Amino acid sequence: MPTTQLSRRHVLQGGAIIVGFSLSRSLPTVAASGTAPSKAVALDEVDSYLALERDGSAIVYSGKVDLGTGVQTALTQMAADELDLPLSRVRVIQGDTALTPDQGPTYGSLSIQNGGTQIRAAAATARRKLVQLASERLGTPADALVTRDGRVTPAAGGEGIAYADLLKDGHFSLKLDKDAPSKNPDAFSFVGKSVARLDIPAKIYASSTYMQDVKLPGMLHGRVIRPPAIEARLTAVDEASVAGMPGLVKVVREGDFLGVVATSEWTAIKAAEKLSATWSKAETLPEQSRLWEHVRATPVVKEDVTSNVGDADAAMSKAARTLKATYDFAIHTHGSIGPSCAVAEPEGDALTVWTASQMTHALRTQLSAMFSLPPDKVRCIYVEGSGCYGRNGHEDAAADAAILARAVGKPVRVQWSRADEHGWDPKGPPTLIDLSAGLDDNGAVTAWSSQFHIPVGAAGSVPLVAATLAGLPHETALAPGNIVHNSAIPYGFPNVKTVCRRLATTPLRPSWIRTPGRMQNTFANEAFFDECAAAAGVDPLDYRLRSLADARGTEVLRRVAALAKWESRPSPKGDAKDQGDVQTGRGLSYVKYELYRTYVAAVAEVEVERRTGMIRAKRVFVVQDCGQIINPDGVRNQIEGNVIQTVSRVLKEEVMFDRSRVTSTDWASYPILTFPEVPEIVMELIDRPRDKPWGAGEPSAAVIPAAISNAVFDAIGLRLRSVPFTPEKVKTALQRT
Amino acid sequence: MGQSHSMTINGRSLDVRLDDPDTPLLYVLRNEVGLRGPRFGCGLGQCGACTVHVDGQIVRSCVTPLSSLKPESKIVTLEGLGTPEAPHPVQAAFVEEQAAQCGYCINGMIMTSAAFLNDKPKPSEAEIRQALAGNLCRCGTHARIVRAVQRAATSL
Repeated sequence: MPTTQLSRRHVLQGGAIIVGFSLSRSLPTVAASGTAPSKAVALDEVDSYLALERDGSAIVYSGKVDLGTGVQTALTQMAADELDLPLSRVRVIQGDTALTPDQGPTYGSLSIQNGGTQIRAAAATARRKLVQLASERLGTPADALVTRDGRVTPAAGGEGIAYADLLKDGHFSLKLDKDAPSKNPDAFSFVGKSVARLDIPAKIYASSTYMQDVKLPGMLHGRVIRPPAIEARLTAVDEASVAGMPGLVKVVREGDFLGVVATSEWTAIKAAEKLSATWSKAETLPEQSRLWEHVRATPVVKEDVTSNVGDADAAMSKAARTLKATYDFAIHTHGSIGPSCAVAEPEGDALTVWTASQMTHALRTQLSAMFSLPPDKVRCIYVEGSGCYGRNGHEDAAADAAILARAVGKPVRVQWSRADEHGWDPKGPPTLIDLSAGLDDNGAVTAWSSQFHIPVGAAGSVPLVAATLAGLPHETALAPGNIVHNSAIPYGFPNVKTVCRRLATTPLRPSWIRTPGRMQNTFANEAFFDECAAAAGVDPLDYRLRSLADARGTEVLRRVAALAKWESRPSPKGDAKDQGDVQTGRGLSYVKYELYRTYVAAVAEVEVERRTGMIRAKRVFVVQDCGQIINPDGVRNQIEGNVIQTVSRVLKEEVMFDRSRVTSTDWASYPILTFPEVPEIVMELIDRPRDKPWGAGEPSAAVIPAAISNAVFDAIGLRLRSVPFTPEKVKTALQRT
Repeated sequence: MGQSHSMTINGRSLDVRLDDPDTPLLYVLRNEVGLRGPRFGCGLGQCGACTVHVDGQIVRSCVTPLSSLKPESKIVTLEGLGTPEAPHPVQAAFVEEQAAQCGYCINGMIMTSAAFLNDKPKPSEAEIRQALAGNLCRCGTHARIVRAVQRAATSL
């Protein structure tokens, strides 16, 4: 059996070199070499998104990438429908800075909503052009022509003309018209149907190409040696400690960046372990046991007022009763099952990087800054990796590979270890939230006030570890994601003030993890609202419906209540003490994502074991309205993933650290949910084929933490305000009561 | 350079040359033999992404030194389990149930389930969950994976 390699062959295509992935059916042949785009990539050009091949098939160029979410299939459905082509004649090239438009990073549940909508508009513009060309050729009015199966034909009948024969070179040379008439949803052949995912068979039969599988001719293997403490300085490297290791090519040191390059992966691993290096001591992290005091004491850079209605302070002082509570949410890691990996190839002053990055265009900008190269000398090519759920270590591995490849002048593959991934991927920052509410004599909320203690910054580019360690140019601003979202609430209280106190620093390098901010903020809002409902002695569903004037929001709530056979009564159950050791409860939660799109309501059913403090999520009901659904099974898969991953985060997960570094660097110290612990998931989707397609990759995660907290309260009358809800916390709280 | 080692992989005999006989099986399969089924996940035997069959038993290839295997040990990887033309029932069921998101863990899920169903062809749902308790999935595809194993069990 031969070693599978990327076979390189030179093909004349605008002077670009083509690299074919010889064993891959999932990846299209992609042009390589770190040079300027060889085709249109501007956001307003149809050619940036679409090309017609001579054989009548179409290529879609997508800046958004499939991170294992099914987006490739969904985009194929959207384009095929708009172009009237069979699915088999549409293929998607993703995230290649030389070929695809910069549609922004693949985050924020925007791949379909924004990326797909742009591709749909490009396809609609293209179809209109094809009809116009056919009209001229056939002498038939455009409105008497139809598109069908890759041809423009007279509606009255006749052979018509194939698309490929209408365009000389497959190029449209046309500005994208976002108002080009899109297909009538009644005529969709693929959109709205559970088309089987195009990538799954190859994954099941081991023929897919993951980032970790990419090989180049002459490729070497690199490994990084990270400091034993954050901000420790590298004072000495004893190269003699690895001298003579067969296959070791080079020890690479640049500032505090340290790595090894070897001819085989196993040699690189052993050399990285064996290499003796001396580092300075550093203790820059707070005591974990005092994390929340630390967060509270962190200087505030600015205050973002995310909503301000009426006069919350005045109303609070006049309220019949007030409630106050503080919620916190631990630091989480992305926890990709495959640690980050990248391959970099230097060619003269150009650099090509194969990466599983969710943001190849932004990565190109970062790498060009890091190495002081013009952006058109850097090319980043997306290859699907292990799921990342946000900005994990993929981009950092790319920078590691680049620095090592440039040091040896050859292609280098860097595979992070499990400890590299758990220890050095950027983290979801700790979140601390203070809330207060004022209730009138009838139990209605008259005042709502909240303060979110969260790091400053938005999305953007997370500083690359290698650039930071090597002292090469890099960003310094924090990039925790757009974590202010859903700090404001969907309910129509008369007096509301929600404020995000933006902190100057946060203990570990932050980034976004699935549902960043929206999850933490919705946790606090929906659990605290449940506290208000309990204080008012009102059923949590009724309490929400009373304050909600949004028909689509009301619908998801009513439908989830029906689905879960919701019993109308206040929480807690009240018979808690009579039920013995294992008690059950149910909790409701609701979100309108970012207060303008996807609606989700969920009911969680839990069991709480008083003796051990163990919480089991038994069943989770979800109803979601994300507008037009492209692929129902794809949406279901995302919702299942959101529920299970979030149950894991809420019940189990917490990054552990000492004063120097992350100490939870494997799956034993950072356990995640396992098969026996996974809840049953029951869901209903509301499809609105005539509405915009909204995001589905994250919203259903936002409702899970509060649904569980509320269910535990219902079961045992104990309010959990600190994620994760570990057995220790439950036991301690039970002992206090 | 290096010593020659005889191996039997997916029904074929072959020799590999290695500098270090203690190289974990995973790196031999991926880098010397060119297989992609077994995947590196942790190198600690904690996640199951690297699972292969050795003489019908599931083995974590990332912590199995080549030197611990006999030359006649029959190693089967995901590639050797079945093909699109002649799928193993577990593979066919995973496609039917669309039981993958990123799919990085799926090798371990399929290899573990195939060996499990071989020993226990008609398992309960709880037994399936228990059999997969040592395999980690981060995307949250568990429900589909369990359904796929149930489907495979009915077709075996």
